[in-house]
Amino acid sequence: MDYLPNIIFAVALILGIGFFARNVKKLSRNIKLGKDVDVSDNKGQRWKNMAKIALGQTKMVVRPIAGLMHVIVYVGFIIINIEVLEIMLDGILGTHRLFSPLGAVYDFLIGSFEILALLVIVAVVVFWIRRNIIRIQRFIKPEMKGWPKTDGNLILYIEFVLMLLFLTMNAADYQLQQLGAEHYAQAGAFPVSQFIVPLLEGLSESSLVMVERTAWWLHILGILAFLNYLYYSKHLHILLAFPNTYYGKTKPQGQFNNVASVTKEVKLMMDPDADPFAAPAEDDGAEPEKFGASDVMDLNWVQLLNAYTCTECGRCTSECPANQTGKKLSPRKIMMDTRDRLEEVGKNIDANKGEFVPDGKQLLGDYISPEELWACTTCNACVQACPVSIDPLSIIVEMRRYLVMEQSAAPMELNNMMSNIENNGAPWPYNQMDRLNWVNE
Amino acid sequence: MSEQLKVKTMQEFMAEGKQPEILFWVGSAGSYDDRAKKITRAFVKLLNKAEVDFAVLGTEESSTGDVAKRAGNEFLFQMQAMMNIELLNGYEIKRIVTCDPHSFNTIKNEYPGLGGNYDVIHHTQYLKELIDNGRLTLSGEGYKGKRITFHDPCYLGRANSVFDAPREVLAKSNAELVEMKRHKKTALCCGAGGAQMFKEPEKGDMDVNVLRTKDALETSPNIIATGCPYCNTMMTDGIKAHEKEDSVTVLDVAEVLANSQGL
Repeated sequence: MDYLPNIIFAVALILGIGFFARNVKKLSRNIKLGKDVDVSDNKGQRWKNMAKIALGQTKMVVRPIAGLMHVIVYVGFIIINIEVLEIMLDGILGTHRLFSPLGAVYDFLIGSFEILALLVIVAVVVFWIRRNIIRIQRFIKPEMKGWPKTDGNLILYIEFVLMLLFLTMNAADYQLQQLGAEHYAQAGAFPVSQFIVPLLEGLSESSLVMVERTAWWLHILGILAFLNYLYYSKHLHILLAFPNTYYGKTKPQGQFNNVASVTKEVKLMMDPDADPFAAPAEDDGAEPEKFGASDVMDLNWVQLLNAYTCTECGRCTSECPANQTGKKLSPRKIMMDTRDRLEEVGKNIDANKGEFVPDGKQLLGDYISPEELWACTTCNACVQACPVSIDPLSIIVEMRRYLVMEQSAAPMELNNMMSNIENNGAPWPYNQMDRLNWVNE
Repeated sequence: MSEQLKVKTMQEFMAEGKQPEILFWVGSAGSYDDRAKKITRAFVKLLNKAEVDFAVLGTEESSTGDVAKRAGNEFLFQMQAMMNIELLNGYEIKRIVTCDPHSFNTIKNEYPGLGGNYDVIHHTQYLKELIDNGRLTLSGEGYKGKRITFHDPCYLGRANSVFDAPREVLAKSNAELVEMKRHKKTALCCGAGGAQMFKEPEKGDMDVNVLRTKDALETSPNIIATGCPYCNTMMTDGIKAHEKEDSVTVLDVAEVLANSQGL
């Protein structure tokens, strides 16, 4: 017996999965560059969120057309993976259609994979039309020029080709079954690929085998290639949506975190017994903590996970009041910038033997401008819109904190407002003694 | 000028050795802003009518620090919060009502982490409660035949999922409620949140409040109701931008209810 194909297959599989595992390790290292944050609370709610939002796609279907199409591709992706399992086992064991002894169940499975494959093709075509012909607003925003646009289309092409290969493979197989070819026992139902069969009419048995094998190999190698493309694309959401919805915010959207290091200092300031001239209690030589975020390492790891999870759908941006009125702010861009900067930092670490060497760049200024940050109304529309629980607002606020507390770089009117609060306990310059005047007016 | 409101401060309650049913957190806008003061007065008229034994902090009240926090000044926020918490805890305050969704949000959600734990409700929720338990009795035709559309304040609606209370209270005015295309969870911001109220907007092609008022005007309302002093200002300015100030009025939910009762 000839074991060469099995060996080639096993090597391809090991390489494909091995390379992917390497990138997953890098991904996880980069995410861990973020600060620690306690997400051990509300476990029940978190599992529920993951089940509803990621598994159940509840927020996708808020927009019915895109939602329905996405559910098709998503279900197709998950279910057709059962077929990928068979293909992998066939590849390793040198068998053909290993699961076919399941009989009627197998027929049903293959039949439904085919229907799903066709639906996926339809959905992918609709997606492509929305991006390239209808040019839906959110897909043609400034941050979607160049690579993000190509990336989005490439993913659609890959999915289209993979599904077509799957159907071609089945069509050739079906034809071979009809011809009674060796190794091609009657198995499966082919509700879709039977319509491709006429195109194969007249091909010899060996040519058909060739078509079937080529499609089979390209399909599985394509899947391995796609798996490895994920890390370099916006498409990681197919994996990260699950942890991301789990770690997503479980508190009311309006609740911002209270910065613990600030609490410590404010308590000290307000403590009447504190000696203002006392030396710091524990001078361990550590640098004083930086307030807010000017770079990705100042964000917490959930925010960095958010950045890798973003698939650039732009629902956040299309709901953003600032963006709708022509301001520069785009919540999607905040996430894309965070991810791009994090990747840059990751490459820097790779190039410098595991140590980050300052590169004179940072997230603030080099990627995200203060103008974008100050345009935010903190309305939470972006957070509400995200189908995978990303929170761009928390990053915006963290960066405002840096601008205000580390750099005193708030817009002048806001500085006036804040000094009013400091001086007379209201954002306007009115006397606190006049607070009750409304009673007698 | 107008009839005398019955308003007692916490200091007065203390002097009498009594506790109020509820503390009314007036907020900076409600205390100083000319338009918002009318909302404060309307709400107090309703509290007086329902004979609620409420208190205000008066000159002891200070900014919640909310707007400083949204602007990124966590220091100033926590200073304000801790001062207020000291005061509120000193008075042993249990329950707080406010007409300002921003105060509502920060006291309800952000003060507990700093030692301030209170049952905080928005005035529309309190009005609903007073109506439901029969303390606030309503009569008359009210706004029958008028169309009202409700603009959800971000920090009441999306941020804290309070959608029904303001609508139920508005319905008591007998007006016809019409919804904007974007409402509840998908409502568009008025443009004032996140400290925008206190600064000029960044360069763009439109102001947010003008866009939001457009949403509202599409429902051909007689009244645009809201539940936030900042939204009120923004929507009022928006109406002017659309030159509709003669045919459309912007009112707070409390004002709608008070007006409908001839208060």
